Amino acid sequence: MLKLQAINKVFNEATADEKIALDHINLNLKEGDFVTVIGSNGAGKSTMLNMISGALTPDFGEIIIDNKDVTRLPEYKRSQLIGRVFQDPMAGTAPTMTIEENLAIAFSRNKKRSLKSGVDKQRKEFFLQSLETLHLNLENRLNAKVGLLSGGERQALSLLMATFTKPSILLLDEHTAALDPSRADLISKLTKQLVEKDQLTTLMVTHNMQQALDLGNRLIMMDKGQIILEVGEEEKKDLTIAKLMDEFQRIRGEKLTSDRTLLSV
Amino acid sequence: MFTAVFGSVEQGIIYAIMALGVYLTFRVLDFPDLTVDGSFVTGAGTAAMMIVLGYHPVIATIVAIIAGFIAGCITGLLHTKGKINPLLSGILMMIALYSINLRIMGFTVENSVGRPNIPLLNSETLFSQFNNWWGSLGVNEAINNALSGIGVKSLPQTWGTIIIVFILVVLIKLIFDWFLKTEVGLAIRATGDNKKMIRSFSANTDNLVIVGLGISNALVAFSGALLAQYSKFADIGMGIGMIVIGLASVIIGEAIFGTKSIVRTTLAVIAGAIIYRIILAFALRIDLLDTGDMKLITALIVIIALVLPNYFDKRREKSRKAKRHAERRASSTIVTEQEGKNLA
Repeated sequence: MLKLQAINKVFNEATADEKIALDHINLNLKEGDFVTVIGSNGAGKSTMLNMISGALTPDFGEIIIDNKDVTRLPEYKRSQLIGRVFQDPMAGTAPTMTIEENLAIAFSRNKKRSLKSGVDKQRKEFFLQSLETLHLNLENRLNAKVGLLSGGERQALSLLMATFTKPSILLLDEHTAALDPSRADLISKLTKQLVEKDQLTTLMVTHNMQQALDLGNRLIMMDKGQIILEVGEEEKKDLTIAKLMDEFQRIRGEKLTSDRTLLSV
Repeated sequence: MFTAVFGSVEQGIIYAIMALGVYLTFRVLDFPDLTVDGSFVTGAGTAAMMIVLGYHPVIATIVAIIAGFIAGCITGLLHTKGKINPLLSGILMMIALYSINLRIMGFTVENSVGRPNIPLLNSETLFSQFNNWWGSLGVNEAINNALSGIGVKSLPQTWGTIIIVFILVVLIKLIFDWFLKTEVGLAIRATGDNKKMIRSFSANTDNLVIVGLGISNALVAFSGALLAQYSKFADIGMGIGMIVIGLASVIIGEAIFGTKSIVRTTLAVIAGAIIYRIILAFALRIDLLDTGDMKLITALIVIIALVLPNYFDKRREKSRKAKRHAERRASSTIVTEQEGKNLA
């Protein structure tokens, strides 16, 4: 489904600020895999996601989605295959447009955009049904401008928009990090529900270890541009935060640190 | 007075088409496109040139629209492919169009390549042709008789012009509203709203910006072509400050009629253009002012329209705060009085 082969990326090459962001990353996701990615700041998690989405191009290496080499495919073409939810709740929706217009934009992701009306009767029905699955009462606010929604509501909408066209890959970039705990919890639950419903192949970056353990069937840990630990389906079931911390210490010989609270639940 | 206002409304409707173009770039695409000053003349010049060369006014107008579309697309290419700042791309195109417009109008003369103006005094225009047919219906006399019956003094020669520009602007508004709700239209609006988002939904923002600028400048050129035929001349300087006039219309319209929905906003922009013309007509009737002061008045109107809403918002906020504060003070004094009583 998704294959990263020896991905390398160096920022600010040949300057004093040179930083190896990704150092020979290899990753293989099978269809239906839900992989959570953890690691300290600057480990390269977001860079890796940006490589897959096409926002950045790797210096070396290949990215393969659905057996197709997409390494050089521009971002907008690649996003036919990829659904994304960003950390910033403002980033995933168009604030001056209505809920149904936002959904219509997302609905056209894998189709050619034409001069047909964006919201017709049939689509409206589909949008209503999809919104109902969120249980946020958004189905009664189809004509409300998205800018009026709360952060949690916008993130839930973004999640729905990213998933309801059943993309080959779903990328979640710390999509609950900017929300308060109860909202974050809601979005976590929705994520689980929507991913399971369509068996989406998902890669989720998170700072929250508990979330990384609760969601998904596999887990990887990154540090300094490398994948230092891969936990498979069977081992992940009885993994705990304490075990993860010990594992990091064993591999790196130092304590796992971050300027954000990694242990937060 | 009636004829002055009447003329302002006619012109206002023609300028409204340009204002819709400016609305599309400034507001919808969030792209401050200064090509307008050039593409307005491109429209006027192309239409005038073709009419003088003997083409049918309808064909001349259509070619003018296409010329404007191309000019807008080039500005879009400069910005998206050439990575030039939006303002600068527009300015560059505007300057380039100055020379191009001289050349376009120059097609009408044999002894020189450029020409700064084309008079259309004795040529057939969209308006003269429509009015010929309209005049034969006898509606003008009927309306004028009715109006003079209620005491209106100076009456317009024909009602045909205002009718045809009104029909045109209504048609354009309907098409414009429809277009912004199509899949492509939604993508263009999202491009102005949140580029990162629309790219993550597989839209090529570069192409959308180019098409958006093309459509905007096509409308501007259409407006220029109509104005040339209305005022019976095209001039190289007629586009100066056009962008500010467009902005003035957009801002005035939005301030008065609001921006609740697309349908409402496009109506506001059209009304804004007409109101702007009427304000200008009154301003020019003051003896102190001369037609040469028009651009200064335009700039002042835009400045006032931009500054006043902020000022009023602040005033409103201040008085609201003062009121709330007074209410709190009042309720707290009641409490202290009661406490005082309790103590006593």
